[in-house]
Amino acid sequence: MSETIGMVIISIGVAFDLFGCIGLVRLPDIYNRLQGATKCVTLGTCLILVGVLVHSGGAMGIKALLCAIFVLLSSPTGAHALARGAHRSGVKLWKGSVMDKYAEDQEGKLDQ
Amino acid sequence: MIVLMVLLILCCFLCLYRIGMGPTPPDRTVGIDILGTLVVGFCAFTAILTGKDWYMNVAISWALLSFIGTIALAKFLEGRGFDE
Repeated sequence: MSETIGMVIISIGVAFDLFGCIGLVRLPDIYNRLQGATKCVTLGTCLILVGVLVHSGGAMGIKALLCAIFVLLSSPTGAHALARGAHRSGVKLWKGSVMDKYAEDQEGKLDQ
Repeated sequence: MIVLMVLLILCCFLCLYRIGMGPTPPDRTVGIDILGTLVVGFCAFTAILTGKDWYMNVAISWALLSFIGTIALAKFLEGRGFDE
């Protein structure tokens, strides 16, 4: 029974991964790609790891749980650093973007 | 099971497309970051497919190294402008 539930959770995780990667290919600029891909792939990978925990249990399950917590902490942090680095290295926003709060914030700091 | 494996490999190829075709360096870096996270899930799936639990050790190490690599590349990108 737990194996079936585990495989269902893993299937949902793989579907999230697939949608995230389609977003990575289809979206127009780096900030949209980062937004779409990182969230979907983080959730998908965490679901795969939770599925391994439900499927097997034991030592493998504990390791999967540790890995899921670490991915949940580290992947958004890396994406945040990457977005900041991209903005500072001068990558332009997509022409359909409506606001750029980070640039406004930096201008406010320069005026003081 | 084989269908899920093929779908994960398809995800990896979509990431490789973005790494190869990305117009700016941060795009390629995003591809590398996402590919690292995908490989963690791939290792976990291989662990239950083969029943060998050392694949989970590989997954944990890969998550650590991928995070450190992403932070290092982001710091490197902040240094200079690529758009001029």
